[in-house]
Amino acid sequence: MENIRNFSIIAHIDHGKSTLADRLIQFTGISNERNFQDQILDNLDIERERGITIKSNAISLPYRAKDGKDYTLNLIDTPGHVDFSYEVSRSLASCEGVLLLVDAAQGVQAQTLANLYLAMEHNLEIIPVINKIDLPAADIDRVLEEIDSELGLDPDTHIRASAKEGIGMEEILEAIVGRIPAPQGSPREPLAALIFDAQYDSYRGTIIHCRIFEGTIKAGDIIRFMSSDATYKVEEVGHFLLQRTKRNMLSAGEVGYIIAGVKTVSDVHTGDTITHHERPCTKPLPGFKEVKPVVFASIYPIASDDYQDLADSLEKYKLNDASFVYEKDSSAALGQGFRCGFLGLLHLDIVQERIEREFHLSIILSVPSVRYRFTLKDGRVLYVDNPTHYPDPMSIARGEEPYIRASMMLPERYLGTVMKLCMEKRGVNSNMNYTGPGRVELSYEMPLAEVIFDFYDRFKSVTQGYGSFDYDVIDYRDSNLVLMDILVNGEKVDALSQIVHRERARARALIACERLKDEIPRQMYKIAIQGAIGGEIIARSTISAFRKDVTAKCYGGDITRKRKLLEKQKEGKKRMKMIGQVSIPQSAFLAVLKSDND
Amino acid sequence: MTSPGLYIHIPVCLSKCGYCSFYSVAAPELIPRFIPAVIGEMAFYENHFRNFDTVYFGGGTPSVLPATSIEEILNAAHAIFGIDRHVEITLEANPGDLSLEYLHSLRALGINRLNIGVQSFDNGLLKFLGRRHTASEALRAVDQVRRAGFDNIGIDLIYAIHGQSIELWRQTLETAASFVPEHLSCYQLTLEPKTPLFLHYRREGFKLPGDDESMTFFTTTSTVLSQKGYDHYEVSNFSLSPSSRSRHNLKYWRHIPYLGLGPSAHSFSDGRRWWNIENAHDYITGIAGSRKVVSQSEDLITEQLALEALFLGLRTKDGIDLSKYKAEYGTDLLHDKKKTIAELKKNKLIEIKEGRLRPTLAGMAVADSLALI
Repeated sequence: MENIRNFSIIAHIDHGKSTLADRLIQFTGISNERNFQDQILDNLDIERERGITIKSNAISLPYRAKDGKDYTLNLIDTPGHVDFSYEVSRSLASCEGVLLLVDAAQGVQAQTLANLYLAMEHNLEIIPVINKIDLPAADIDRVLEEIDSELGLDPDTHIRASAKEGIGMEEILEAIVGRIPAPQGSPREPLAALIFDAQYDSYRGTIIHCRIFEGTIKAGDIIRFMSSDATYKVEEVGHFLLQRTKRNMLSAGEVGYIIAGVKTVSDVHTGDTITHHERPCTKPLPGFKEVKPVVFASIYPIASDDYQDLADSLEKYKLNDASFVYEKDSSAALGQGFRCGFLGLLHLDIVQERIEREFHLSIILSVPSVRYRFTLKDGRVLYVDNPTHYPDPMSIARGEEPYIRASMMLPERYLGTVMKLCMEKRGVNSNMNYTGPGRVELSYEMPLAEVIFDFYDRFKSVTQGYGSFDYDVIDYRDSNLVLMDILVNGEKVDALSQIVHRERARARALIACERLKDEIPRQMYKIAIQGAIGGEIIARSTISAFRKDVTAKCYGGDITRKRKLLEKQKEGKKRMKMIGQVSIPQSAFLAVLKSDND
Repeated sequence: MTSPGLYIHIPVCLSKCGYCSFYSVAAPELIPRFIPAVIGEMAFYENHFRNFDTVYFGGGTPSVLPATSIEEILNAAHAIFGIDRHVEITLEANPGDLSLEYLHSLRALGINRLNIGVQSFDNGLLKFLGRRHTASEALRAVDQVRRAGFDNIGIDLIYAIHGQSIELWRQTLETAASFVPEHLSCYQLTLEPKTPLFLHYRREGFKLPGDDESMTFFTTTSTVLSQKGYDHYEVSNFSLSPSSRSRHNLKYWRHIPYLGLGPSAHSFSDGRRWWNIENAHDYITGIAGSRKVVSQSEDLITEQLALEALFLGLRTKDGIDLSKYKAEYGTDLLHDKKKTIAELKKNKLIEIKEGRLRPTLAGMAVADSLALI
């Protein structure tokens, strides 16, 4: 066990986390140039394109240190967005130390800090690495100063590196060996393994990624998930080289995988503890929390023929995303679809993109909603996350919406604008603390609905990326809620209905009307777009008609060409939804979902 | 009126006009080799077409042909296919080409309909369009055609030209109508890709009329000509009486068979459409070598025929015979497109009269979109 080190790399976006991981993998020699694909740990195309890690991932690096001993260095990659902060915390809980990566030109940034705080919460050894020292704009002295003043770390402990050029790799590996403590725990104790991720393999079922804290596990063992009490028989254990590599046993201190006939990733909960059925540990590892979706939206295929394909692809997608939930739904305007739950808007974005890209389906999303609580006059309590199920307004005695506590870290200079933003978002009960010179920790209680819409983007923009943000759902509070509908040419588009705070309704309706006006192509007749609460119109816009589009000449030689053009346009129309005799393109639906400031 | 039509494409002009995208070359020296070729092509279709009741010389500029060449073609067509006694024979003519003597010879050959490419009575606009005739030549030509005894003439005009006001267009219409032509074709100027005018536009970006202005031109044309007794029977076509509609062109809009001879000419018969190569030289040598000169063909499935019937029908004032449409294509528009049709009726774009789905004037202006119902 003294030859194992478990570590993670934490960094602000674009500070070179994936490149450093790749370089370490190359340096330790488990991959050669031929099978080396850039940024091995970012498995998904979307991850590569967005530059953020969505899923956790792990790899074991064999390393012979200068002391002559062979070590196994387990690198555990972490997701990079607030929607996935729980996954990050479980990954970090599996480590003893982190490499804190700072860009030599950009210096300390928002996520550097947010991640540092997370690492500190887990009492991890922190090794500051100044990356990209080869850049002409690198200013190492300034970065060192920031590491000292802003992070409160000893600048003498840093390593200078360029992952791109391969500079400093050996120093980093030596520091991992020398400074990060070996894992504690005993192979003789009852098994306690922390699940930090799970992935679906179409041949083997669910692959559980875990860190063994106590005991050992091997094929044939009967294991139990402590949160659900479900038991399984272990089929295979192993660790992660470039591919999964089978081993006889995993033992305290190690990171690896377990295959145990678990059908879907949904049966596995990140943060849960695995123990032996016969000889369980006395209590689960700390920090387990059931992750629940907080944002809900419906997905419909654009072409109703694609419904079955959509059903199949959601089923496949779900295999690999435990935090995604869905059930059947139908819309008067859009037909058969699915109601889905997400961790946040980024999660929703990712699901949408993956469905479209990996399964080649065009889909329409309804306006996302949080889960509201209504107490009816007859005393019944309803939870409503779908505007379609909004109760009869006359029957409602009380409406409530979920509130969160937002925790933000930011440089003092942005305090004014951030407080203004929070108040605009109906934030209350603020709390403020100076955590260091010029740095403020700010908290607010805010309606979740305000936060999921465009808060995060605007927060990042007003703090110029220097602010970090996290939130916890706290409770339900009274709210003056109304159902706001959108009508196109007099017909209600139920996918665009929203449950909103009464004071927000008009502004939301206006935005929706304007966006639709911009996105719906002109048609042969004038189209009214209206926002309404019940029978009352609260916003409107008009799309004027086009008046002339007919081809001047159409004789023998023009007919085939004209028909082909019309056939193409007909195909294009199939990619639109016909509502109220108006063809509405997918982009119009998406435009309404976009945050207010895009 | 189900006899087939014969179209002959004369791929030659004296000079090319900037806006025109029809296939032709400014090479009159090709004519002596072209005539035997087009006659040679007839042989390929000897067993497929019979008894044409319309013949249409289009182009290109058919009026560059000597009368003797036209005679050869007509004689051959008569001999090979047979020509109906009540045939309509149209020739497209450029105003600068029409001497009285030439006109008399055309009449003598049986050409009974002359379509004159006047385009405008304004010298500035004619120059902009790249026409080789002047306004006074156009006036003289129309007058001459009447004097030669033609009692079924058409005048082609173009509107919404850069620099043309509505007022100027109104005057053009008045001038044209003063000759009381049996037929008028008024086309909105269209920038066709690859034409010199299109390239000119891309280079200099002159102003084009917007949606509203185009519509004003369109409705003004319709109103002015209606007042003069013309029937706006197709998007761009007006006739003084039902009998003076272009019988040949109606075949295109009604899926009546037609044979097109000459480079780039299109033919349609029995649900198949085919068209010739767009190269006069290859066409001539191809026919000389007894090779087919068809470039492509397509066999239309019912769905395609139905779409064509819809967009072609909606270009015409008569619209679509709903029961015939249902019988031929299996689609009951009134039932299947009930909501859409109700919306279009409400917006006064279509009307249903005497079992026909007919576009209103506003509907005709958006006929292409109407076809997408």
